[in-house]
Amino acid sequence: MKQTKLFSYEDKDTIIHRLSGLTKLICFLLLTFAAMFTYDIRVLALLTLFSLFIARISQLSFRRYRIVIIYLVVFMLFNFILNFIFAPNYGVELFGTRHELFTFTTGYVLTVEQLFYQLCKIVKYISIMPLGLLFFATIEPSEFASSLNGIKVPYKACTVFSLALRYFPDIQRDYTNISLAQQARGVDTSKKASLKNRIRNNAKILLPLIFSTLDRVELITNAMELRGYGKYKQRTWYSRRPLMRNDYLAIALCVLIFIAVLVMRFAVTKSMFYNPFI
Amino acid sequence: MNKKIFSTKTIVATALGAALFLVLFYFVKVPSPVPNTNIQLAYGITTFFGALFGPVAGFLIGFVGHALNDFIAGYGIWWSWVIASGVAGLFSGLAFFTTDLEHGQKPGASYYLFNVIGQALAWIVVAPILDILMFSEPANTVFVQGAAAFIANTITALVVGTVICYAYASTRSSKRSLDKE
Repeated sequence: MKQTKLFSYEDKDTIIHRLSGLTKLICFLLLTFAAMFTYDIRVLALLTLFSLFIARISQLSFRRYRIVIIYLVVFMLFNFILNFIFAPNYGVELFGTRHELFTFTTGYVLTVEQLFYQLCKIVKYISIMPLGLLFFATIEPSEFASSLNGIKVPYKACTVFSLALRYFPDIQRDYTNISLAQQARGVDTSKKASLKNRIRNNAKILLPLIFSTLDRVELITNAMELRGYGKYKQRTWYSRRPLMRNDYLAIALCVLIFIAVLVMRFAVTKSMFYNPFI
Repeated sequence: MNKKIFSTKTIVATALGAALFLVLFYFVKVPSPVPNTNIQLAYGITTFFGALFGPVAGFLIGFVGHALNDFIAGYGIWWSWVIASGVAGLFSGLAFFTTDLEHGQKPGASYYLFNVIGQALAWIVVAPILDILMFSEPANTVFVQGAAAFIANTITALVVGTVICYAYASTRSSKRSLDKE
């Protein structure tokens, strides 16, 4: 199995890395929500350009995420075809006009509206994608937890997030080890085994993995309780940084973008989609 | 025994459960006939951890695990399905109050009931409706995907989850294993 390095923080010194975790979290949420509220292709294209620009100045290397990006492209193609198969006339319903391009059979007519609708969807994915990669490349797990706490998420829930991120690589390693050990004993989980056998064989990896995880739970719980975790209602964070001038500027910029998107959505176009056909 | 639903142990178990969920969700994919839906062994994890650690743990494992998975997959968080995963986990967690796995009690009828209700609610009600509201997806696509996900996830949650529950319960000693002489 390929070991992809996921969620790994890249320690660089760029203007984005120097922002506090709280700023990054707020900006990330504002931008993804902004992209979620709209299907207006002009707005989405601008958002995409903006997130690519941010990726550029934070020196995010897209090469490291090649597998992720290939997976994403396959996912989008699948969705593209599936959408057409299940709802070939959805675009026509949405935009209210009909420009036919090509007829497959009587039920399946390719229309400009449908293509435009599906194009909007793809641009929407592409506008959100770099933000997620960027967020995890520029924030470390405990800073992430402290910033979640900064937006008033209860600190115990924050601990869940940061522990999950911290132990993900360990459990992934355990999984690989157990899987290899079982394969050495002749348990086949590849495509050569039948579906029923594959499920059964995966379960043989699952049980040792779960029991070793439960042991680990015991260990970490004891360590945390010995250090007095959870005794008080509040706690402080070692990795929290105070907000600086740049943080306020970044938050203000993202709030502006968010408001601009909402204004476009509810006051200018007044619908989810930008309609070029009327 | 008084059962706490949010102790330090629950927090740690939730975090590691979510990491485990993530590993399985991301690496163990058994493809199903319907595109974009895989048979996810990961839902067995929410079922088991829910029954062992309670509804809060169940909800958070589904929610955090699925959200983090969407982060790495790179297509942005698909909130509707993330929330649905959480709902399924929440209902699995209700079995915590009726089944004493910790002391070797095997899962009973209520356990199966909670899980089936939770999965149905999550995939046939919550996920498609949120999909339509948030992403304006065409209705029949999402209900077909939802129904497929319901069937696949219920089967895996129950089969995988129950196997783990039985295996775990048989390693625990019963509360009444010692007699007073």
